[in-house]
Amino acid sequence: MEKKHFERPIIKKLQTGMPNKFGMKTEYEPISEIDGASVKELVANYGSPLYVMSENTIRETYREAYRAFSTRYPKVQFAWSYKTNYMNAICNIFHTEGSWAEVVSGFEYDKAINNGVPPSKILFNGPDKSEKDLEKAIKHGSYIHIDHFDELYTIINLTNKIKERPKVAIRVNMDCGIYPLWSRFGFNYENGEAWEAINRIMLSKKIDLVGLHCHIGTYILAPWAYGIAASKLADLAVAIEKKFNHYVKYIDMGGGFASKNTLKGAFLPGSDTCPTFDQYADAITTALINSPINHEHLPVLMLESGRSLIDDAGYLVGTVLANKRLPEGKLATIIDIGVNLLFTSFWYDHKVTPAQQFSHHTEDTIIYGPLCMNIDIIRENVQLPPMKKGDNIVISRIGAYNMTQWMQFITLRPNIVLIDSKSKAHVIRGNETPDNIMKNELVPEHLKKFEL
Amino acid sequence: MKKTKITVAVSGLNNTDNPGPGIPVIRALRESDAFDVRIIGLAYENLEPGIYMHDVVDKVYQVPYPSIGSDKLLQRLAYIHSIEKIDVLIPNFDAELYSFISFEHKLHEMGIGTWLPTMEQFEERHKTKLPEYGKKYGVNVPHSRPINSIAEINSLTPEFSYPLLVKGKFYDAYVAFNPEQVSLYFNKIATKWGVPIIIQQFIRGTEVNVIALGDGKGNTIGAVPMRKQYITDKGKAWGGITLDDQNMLDLCHKILKKTKWKGGMELELIKTFDNKYYLIEINPRIPAWVYLAVGAGQNIPEAMVKLALGKKVKPFTTYESGKMFIRYSWDMIVDLKEFEQLSTNGEL
Amino acid sequence: MKLKKKIAVSETGFIFDPTTGDSFSLNPTAAEILNLLKDGKNEKEIKKEIMAEYDVDESTFERSFLDFMAMLRLYNMIEEHEEN
Repeated sequence: MEKKHFERPIIKKLQTGMPNKFGMKTEYEPISEIDGASVKELVANYGSPLYVMSENTIRETYREAYRAFSTRYPKVQFAWSYKTNYMNAICNIFHTEGSWAEVVSGFEYDKAINNGVPPSKILFNGPDKSEKDLEKAIKHGSYIHIDHFDELYTIINLTNKIKERPKVAIRVNMDCGIYPLWSRFGFNYENGEAWEAINRIMLSKKIDLVGLHCHIGTYILAPWAYGIAASKLADLAVAIEKKFNHYVKYIDMGGGFASKNTLKGAFLPGSDTCPTFDQYADAITTALINSPINHEHLPVLMLESGRSLIDDAGYLVGTVLANKRLPEGKLATIIDIGVNLLFTSFWYDHKVTPAQQFSHHTEDTIIYGPLCMNIDIIRENVQLPPMKKGDNIVISRIGAYNMTQWMQFITLRPNIVLIDSKSKAHVIRGNETPDNIMKNELVPEHLKKFEL
Repeated sequence: MKKTKITVAVSGLNNTDNPGPGIPVIRALRESDAFDVRIIGLAYENLEPGIYMHDVVDKVYQVPYPSIGSDKLLQRLAYIHSIEKIDVLIPNFDAELYSFISFEHKLHEMGIGTWLPTMEQFEERHKTKLPEYGKKYGVNVPHSRPINSIAEINSLTPEFSYPLLVKGKFYDAYVAFNPEQVSLYFNKIATKWGVPIIIQQFIRGTEVNVIALGDGKGNTIGAVPMRKQYITDKGKAWGGITLDDQNMLDLCHKILKKTKWKGGMELELIKTFDNKYYLIEINPRIPAWVYLAVGAGQNIPEAMVKLALGKKVKPFTTYESGKMFIRYSWDMIVDLKEFEQLSTNGEL
Repeated sequence: MKLKKKIAVSETGFIFDPTTGDSFSLNPTAAEILNLLKDGKNEKEIKKEIMAEYDVDESTFERSFLDFMAMLRLYNMIEEHEEN
């Protein structure tokens, strides 16, 4: 006779009055494969932890977003936000879908050029652009989104030595009725700073003002706020037309759309509260179409969505290192994924799912990472079925920011694989070797020898 | 007249010192002349008293909290519906309304009737948006502002003066007399219901309430004003009396007309000493004191069920003023077997 | 190590401790082990029975048994002074 599957014995105190976890027998389905690729095999072939990106999900999400906007507005252009995930393979998926590149540093700019993005299809954002960066961007004809007056004057000065006319947009910050108000980037709308900057640019006569840009915040759950932002940019565009008889080519609404991840402290899960692309698109395009902008000169609607296009496509696969019972009786599970690989665990309650079959009995668990540091907590409270050493877990919706904000700490960063539409895995960034990390280190002569 | 047999699912069986409206709603339905109801209780927690009131609730199912995700809640409801054939569902918790409204059309597809506000109506009356609401519909509201962090507490004055109210987005409200108390209540509420926390100017006066039912076209089907006579330390009415106050009714009709409100609602108003009314909150559901309205002549839950079933409903035009309700508590004796059955099977 | 005498395990995996008023739920493995403990079986005997029935190696069983006993102790379900 075949022996029964052994599940670790668990006993759970029934909390009277507290939410009982009944009715959630189907809360978890194991994630045993990602886009048809077996999690166990991925770990066997590429190690654990392992970042897994789904090409299908990226393309589907992008197409869904593009459809939402392009069915409502005649001219729509996305620009892939490099800082969200600048693995070249990932960027190129977006470029093959038609996305331009949106970069915020000289490093990202060069990355986009190396990926083969034509310089005239790069938006250069952010407060940190060196004079060299600006010179390069002007000569190549990229779009520079000016963040502050110092940058504007640097560009005006550069026109004295460069023959190409800089193509610029200004970033505008404004009150859209939401908190917090991002006032640190760009020029303020309400106090007239943005209009002031526009006048300086137009009166310099050496610079082409091609666009208006805003980026009202991050993880914005209120689509209507984008409507307010779009109306304000439209008003600026109309004012420019009236005063200078000049039409801006595009209005760039930036990014900041929420993903389905659940923010810490939120009562309802992100999957319930996250607006759809249709809702964002409706708010933005309605505001633009109903604005006084001359309909024969409708600007291109530019979007720089990052998180909402890539979060769902990323998974972090890990392995249970140990279980341990804390003195207060709570179960702690230690996995090989630390906060250095999952930066977003500081603000999200990431969904953690076992990769193998289990029963509906769960225990309140705290998930620790492997770093020898107290802050290394992946989830503080999560109902998980019993898992044993060596079991695999899958953390979902990690595609945004984790592969750019990660830190090399204590150990080396793992492989990133991309699952293509035929369920085939491709390494898109190999795991680090000690040599990768140490080759730039130098030891002064007097520290080379010691005796212990 | 022969009564129609129907099955109604009701949540909010927590008939505690901070009661949910479930039990009073059921009592109202049991007294209906039109319906012979079978009641399916939906319980989130295993000690909700209604679970064990077998003469009030015919059968109880535990359901997962909306915080688990509405798909799980919907799955569970589909399962319950497959057994019980629910005709109408009346959700009674604020915290579950978002989910029920968002999947309302799916409930309708399954054949379950509801009478809920639209998502726009639900969203725009949020405590965080009260100032805009007041402006849009021409109603006096106390000055308020949502805050997301403790750091914002220091900048509350001079915009606000103490005392002020600290409120959660779903439940809980405390009066704070200084910034220290604000931060205390901020933490207390934030751990339970999340941010934002609403800071509201405290307005002196008498709190008065109106229960109302809107037909979704701007008409008031029923409306009864009430003043709380005795308030527990949780701020809940433990006794109240119906009022004959045309100003309150006018205000209520105005709001229902302008918003085309669909569903039950409770208006919380402050009547100041110079007879001004300030809207302090709109609860987008039937309040726990609904049975007073029934006693005063308006069976609002019955009317709501009729609307949910697509029947025509004649608006109530009168009610008795000076009717009182006095709440009391009652100790039931419950066998452990019942607790066990609910805790392990999720049904009773 | 002995389970408190008054503790009863129902078929549904529900336990009630009449001395504290607490109730608990068990998964099937836990219910089985608890019943064996109630029958007065010691760790060795329990291990033998479980390993015969389930697909589990000795060290995995021991680790989970240890953890389970710790939980029973935490929940005050073990008779500490069986001699008295």
